[in-house]
Amino acid sequence: MLRTKVISGKLLELQKEIQGYADEYGLDYFPQVFEVCDYDTINILAAQGGFPIRYPHWKFGMDYDQLSKGYRFGIQKIYEMVINTDPCYAYLLEVNNWLDQKLVMAHVYGHNDFFKNNMWFSNTNRKMMDVMANNGTKMRRYMEKYGQDRVEIFIDKVLSIENLLDVNHLFETNEVIQSRQQKDSQAKKEASNDGYYVDDRSKALKSFMNAQKREKSADEVVSEVPENFTFSAEENMAKGEKDIMRFLIEHAPLEEWEADIIGCLREEAYYFLPQRMTKIMNEGWASYWHSTILTQRALGPNEFIDFADIHAGVMQMSKENINPYKVGIELMRDIEFRWNTGRFGKEYNECTNMEEKENWNKNLGLGRAKIFEVRKSHNDITFLEEFLTPEFCNRMQIFTYKFNPRSNRMEIDKRDFDAIKTKLLTQLTNFGSPVIEVEDSNFKNRKELLLRHVHGGVDLDMQFATATMQNLYALWKRPVNLKTSYEDKEVIFNFDGKEFSQLT
Amino acid sequence: MDHPIKRDHSRFRKIVKGKVRDNLRKYVSQGQQIIPKGTDKFTVPMPSIDIPRFKFGDKSEGGTGQGEGQEGDPVKGKPGDGEPGEGEAGEGEGSKELEVEMDVEELAKILGDELELPNIEPKGKSQIASTTDKYTSIGTVGPDSLRHLKRTYKQALKRQMSMGVYDPMNPKVVPIRHDYRYRAANTKVEMENSAVVIYMMDVSGSMGEEQKEIVRTESFWINLWLKSQYKEIDIRYIIHDATAKEVDEDTFFRTRESGGTLISSALKLCKHIIETDYDPNEWNIYPFHFSDGDNWSADDTKLCLSLLDDYLLPNSNMFCYGQVESRYGSGQFYKDLANKYGTESDDVILSKIKNKEAILDSIKEFLGKGK
Repeated sequence: MLRTKVISGKLLELQKEIQGYADEYGLDYFPQVFEVCDYDTINILAAQGGFPIRYPHWKFGMDYDQLSKGYRFGIQKIYEMVINTDPCYAYLLEVNNWLDQKLVMAHVYGHNDFFKNNMWFSNTNRKMMDVMANNGTKMRRYMEKYGQDRVEIFIDKVLSIENLLDVNHLFETNEVIQSRQQKDSQAKKEASNDGYYVDDRSKALKSFMNAQKREKSADEVVSEVPENFTFSAEENMAKGEKDIMRFLIEHAPLEEWEADIIGCLREEAYYFLPQRMTKIMNEGWASYWHSTILTQRALGPNEFIDFADIHAGVMQMSKENINPYKVGIELMRDIEFRWNTGRFGKEYNECTNMEEKENWNKNLGLGRAKIFEVRKSHNDITFLEEFLTPEFCNRMQIFTYKFNPRSNRMEIDKRDFDAIKTKLLTQLTNFGSPVIEVEDSNFKNRKELLLRHVHGGVDLDMQFATATMQNLYALWKRPVNLKTSYEDKEVIFNFDGKEFSQLT
Repeated sequence: MDHPIKRDHSRFRKIVKGKVRDNLRKYVSQGQQIIPKGTDKFTVPMPSIDIPRFKFGDKSEGGTGQGEGQEGDPVKGKPGDGEPGEGEAGEGEGSKELEVEMDVEELAKILGDELELPNIEPKGKSQIASTTDKYTSIGTVGPDSLRHLKRTYKQALKRQMSMGVYDPMNPKVVPIRHDYRYRAANTKVEMENSAVVIYMMDVSGSMGEEQKEIVRTESFWINLWLKSQYKEIDIRYIIHDATAKEVDEDTFFRTRESGGTLISSALKLCKHIIETDYDPNEWNIYPFHFSDGDNWSADDTKLCLSLLDDYLLPNSNMFCYGQVESRYGSGQFYKDLANKYGTESDDVILSKIKNKEAILDSIKEFLGKGK
């Protein structure tokens, strides 16, 4: 059943036009395919993370339910979906008016360029469409074999730890692993040769050294118990491991199909990870380009007011959250402006003459080149860390808020730059998820699992945490412990399969 | 064929229904949670169907926002709104509360399954049967417009395989006339029947807010069940102390009077309503009476009993009396009814409702007879 169709006719001409502008500005993108579909289809695609085929699971149904209602009640409408693949697929809503389509196309070229060039995406699988479909087939087969309920319940458990990822694994490709193993074996060889390269020394020297070594070992007769010996059945296998799914695949008592499913879900989670790490930049970049392309090239004279209306809707600020589109595009523009005028570096920063600083303009014209560079190497954290300025926060009217227990509500806390920056970076740290790592896989020498929450100042939601521990228990099949700090106290929570207790 | 997500969707609906079923007791005892939406839909709040994850607690986290305002201004609402200690802002902050829509049938089915309620057999008088066609089955004859392609090809494939002419290397399936399958209609006979529920409640001083809340919750579920059983349903409300009057739903649950209690006044009005608007031969009639059991005098109780015997019982499906426990109520009326009709009577159903937790059992007592 074809629910989407590739664009043709006037829309195709429009794509050619927009693509021409994208080329003109130097965007570097994967081949772009636009398809149109009705709102029901775009809701389906959005519920499935943009992919036409996923594994069967009720959560897609839940998201679909929510999206359909949102559309029906006119609360929300999805203009477009774009996915990180090569060729890059994007879906347009067929009822969009002409200007919407223009804007969306320009926006999509921005995303496409970002997917292709941002380094955090460099190892994502661009054939993910096939991978997702294959994963779906696999899981369907497991469902046929082991029963839909059983498999779906297992997937529920795994999705519970889907956000416990290690960002560093984004660069852990096969080549990297291989080259590291080579280095390791090299190092081992060196160690067996007392730390020297085998080939660099003369035969005479080597034979001399080996002779000495033999003498030495002849002297030591008594074999000692190694210093760190413990009687635990296994060594602590994975202390510090943040990739909990991989840890479970390697160490939990799983059946083959279970391990396979975790593998599939882990692959998908890592595929989506860069998008979660670059939300502000990605949306900012795409918005920068739809705005630039439309205002400078693509808009007809009768379309400006409508464009301003739509654009303003997208950029709307909220008191409860920062709008990634707004902050992203403005920060991109701010960087462009600063590098165009030369407002960076030692000289500018140390300038104390306010008037001079206010009118600083070196006419460098480096802005465009700079933001292209920024989109290549940054993620949201480094982006804000490096380019957020007090003036910018002021202009964007950003503030921090916190819960006031006395009035039982959220209240504006500070407009202080350092506070804002700290709060923003904390929120983005570890893509917004708590940092959880394996502390001990043989806790109490009883094969219990001890996880540690690396506390960054914010407590866990304990209701969710306990439910997650129950799911972890189902996978690990031995008691699960969580070390965290709760209400300023160091605690270890324990779930032994039946009930919860607090150890310390 | 439908998109696979429809199957995900129905799995989701199934889980939702399971959750409602599991937590039915909670939903019932906490009354207000299920919100009617229009006439035959309900919104059921569902806080935790989402997959649990390690995540930050909302309140200690706070956040960042954009916009105007001074330090100390609430993030939601206008600056200066709300005195400290009052504001409700911050509630539900960041939480993804799920609201699920269910229709009468779904919710009633859950109630029915949970309480093992028998379907009601409407009184067999003057029913109008209507038929509806639903295309749920498959036939071998029919118009081309109803041809079921998938089933047709399946049939063709079956035939070819059993004839041994199917070649997996060249999988051509060609249906012949004989293979054609058509969607066919199943005719369903539906009975047009209608019911009226007449709620009577004692609103004298001894019935407090809590007691009314119990009645409100109980009536919600009773209505739900009866709605699922009858095509048409009318609901009438009568409040009484020493005198009775008919009111709308809102007034019914809000009014609080002081003064004495003459239950007979309500029963008289109930009789009057039935006589004027509802021919007992065509309507299934359900009078429900809720009070804390106090009646002004033994004489009035006698009058009540004779009203029941002479008119209400012969003309209604059953008479239900729910006694809500209150600090002031004596519970005498329950005893009087129980003495006369016994607690196992099919015509007069008695139920004591101690507190909110007892609502579900009370509903079962009322509706468990299938009348």
